[in-house]
Amino acid sequence: MNKPDSFIQQEYKYGFVTPMEVDTLPKGLSEDVIRLISQKKNEPSFMLEWRLKAYRHWLTMKEPSWSHVHYPKIDYQDIIYYSAPKKKPKLNSLEEVDKELLTTFEKLGIPLEEQKRLAGVAVDAVFDSVSVATTFKEQLSKAGVIFCSFSEAVQNHPDLIQKYLGSVVPYTDNFYAALNAAVFSDGSFCYIPKGVRCPMELSTYFRINAAETGQFERTLIVAEEGSYVSYLEGCSAPLRDTNQLHAAVVELVAQEKASIKYSTVQNWYSGDKEGKGGIYNFVTKRGKCVGRNSKITWTQVETGSAITWKYPSVILIGDDSVGEFYSVALCNNYQQADTGTKMIHVGKNTRSTIISKGISARHGNNTYRGLVKVLPKAQNARNYTQCDSLLLGSDCAANTFPYIEVQNNSSKVGHEASTSKISDEQLFYCKQRGISSENAVNMIVNGFCKEVFRNLPMEFAVEASKLLGVSLEGSVG
Amino acid sequence: MLEIKNLHVSIEGVQILKGISLKINKGEVHAVMGPNGSGKSTLAKVLAGDPAYTVTKGEVLFEGNNLLKMEPEMRAREGIFLAFQYPVEIPGVSNTYFLKAALNEVRVAKGLPELDAMEFLELFNKKLKQVEMDQTLAHRSVNESFSGGEKKRNEILQMTVLEPRLAILDETDSGLDIDALKIVAAGVNQLRSPDRSMMVVTHYQRLLNYIVPDFVHVLLEGRIVKSGSKDLALQLEREGYDGVKDSLASAKS
Repeated sequence: MNKPDSFIQQEYKYGFVTPMEVDTLPKGLSEDVIRLISQKKNEPSFMLEWRLKAYRHWLTMKEPSWSHVHYPKIDYQDIIYYSAPKKKPKLNSLEEVDKELLTTFEKLGIPLEEQKRLAGVAVDAVFDSVSVATTFKEQLSKAGVIFCSFSEAVQNHPDLIQKYLGSVVPYTDNFYAALNAAVFSDGSFCYIPKGVRCPMELSTYFRINAAETGQFERTLIVAEEGSYVSYLEGCSAPLRDTNQLHAAVVELVAQEKASIKYSTVQNWYSGDKEGKGGIYNFVTKRGKCVGRNSKITWTQVETGSAITWKYPSVILIGDDSVGEFYSVALCNNYQQADTGTKMIHVGKNTRSTIISKGISARHGNNTYRGLVKVLPKAQNARNYTQCDSLLLGSDCAANTFPYIEVQNNSSKVGHEASTSKISDEQLFYCKQRGISSENAVNMIVNGFCKEVFRNLPMEFAVEASKLLGVSLEGSVG
Repeated sequence: MLEIKNLHVSIEGVQILKGISLKINKGEVHAVMGPNGSGKSTLAKVLAGDPAYTVTKGEVLFEGNNLLKMEPEMRAREGIFLAFQYPVEIPGVSNTYFLKAALNEVRVAKGLPELDAMEFLELFNKKLKQVEMDQTLAHRSVNESFSGGEKKRNEILQMTVLEPRLAILDETDSGLDIDALKIVAAGVNQLRSPDRSMMVVTHYQRLLNYIVPDFVHVLLEGRIVKSGSKDLALQLEREGYDGVKDSLASAKS
């Protein structure tokens, strides 16, 4: 009979190892390096000034240490802060691709042509990704949606960038946000004009148009009055990156009656079985519900990275605005996650919902940390928080740190938490019906995450559910 | 079909079964009766492969194969079904999803093609009517917030869908009112066939009015002390387990 820990092991299926190109700055950070970055990107002067201010502020800051994660000290002078866009090695057919990687794609149900793209295979004429991407781009621009790289946006829409950059996450916000502001290389910009419902899930576009993930990425999404956008970041396909530290910043702005749905599926390299290697994912994500009746929803499925440290948050300024946070975080082997959200209620009748599902296996250490803050003027604010932890095996851990600050009498804040294990009884019950241990664990874990998955865009919910299975799967028998 | 030879079983060092021998042929229905703590539920769970128990001695053959060597899921795929006394809850997993996964694993093991969602639902709805269960049950999570009676009926529903060769019912009557008992028994009786054997574990004779057994065995302190026809159940009803104990004691002295 297999106990849960005997099949929670699944080797990381290789991502992509990309050789560095020559156009790279030497290691280390200084004002000169920042000037060079800005110059190479041909940025307007306001950008350089902003970067320099961020850098000078960063110098005065200390690396935070309050999280419930442990890692060796990072040497910030040992990092290369600029390198030209990398090229993937081109292969001629899927036969040249690593077998294990293909198996993973298969399990995740990724279509054949997309497998080729992800694995860096030259794409044949039947499936021309460039033309598909162009079609999408035309559709978007017809609707008036701006969706481009951050660099392009700086060149083509400097007024919008100047107006919104740092308006949600100022460079003074925290150590990593300051560092990101000083050196960020690229990212995405998205602008939905008044009254426009973005004609497609922006995920679709992404999945065709391979967006390289940078070490210091920056995303800015602005939804004008009455607009709607659903944006998906990441991919369930495993990604390996040579950069260990990832410090991204995401800013969302929702004006009156606008709605932004931001979904993340993160499956970066998490290190080996002994906990060596893996990505440090220290991210600042925040949305601002500026206008009345606006809404921001964060949904995240975090299965990768050695350390995940992030709190996608919403500042609810507009009256009747809504913030939602749905999260699944999986920690296997020696993975650590300190994640959660902050819901800051400023306006009247603001509402927030937090559903967090943490899964720990092997030596995984999963922490939920959340703040619900209701300011004095946020009359009749409502919050509902639910934090559930599922433990597989006996060497893993789950922690919950809910912080609640309510500064008026008319608001209601509710918190529920639970910790459970996959019981031997549950496993036996499934097996007695003919279901294998592996499928049983899968089923139970997916059932546990159901409330979160149903907030993901349809096709991604299916992938996320398979991803959990692959991440937990191992040697049964 | 099933042959149990001198089976000894313990849990956490405590000996529960002390040499059970029992043969169940194809198509037969055997009732195993006994007071609380006699080991009847242990017998049911050990046959299904519950890892909490340790077999210390004896053997069990199922269709001539060594059953004790098989993992629980293999036993299930070979056609052994245990209707649990306390069915567990699996939050977030819908009843249909669970049962479809189970049925397909069993079908694959038999070399049959898997059923797709539509085919399965058709079958499921048919069986649902058979056991007189509510449609809404399909969408609810497995056993979650089910009443005691619903849980038991759900076990019978699963059994009806999986069509086992050997069905073991572990105190399926406990906690049921008379109407629910009748429905459950009707479900079980529909499954009686010359190819299917059953082992009905129960404390009370009441269930056996509806599921009439071919043989009755009385379990006391880990041993089968008496076997007989269905009349033995009626005798137990009249005299109680103490009566059997007394008659055994006087026979010994």
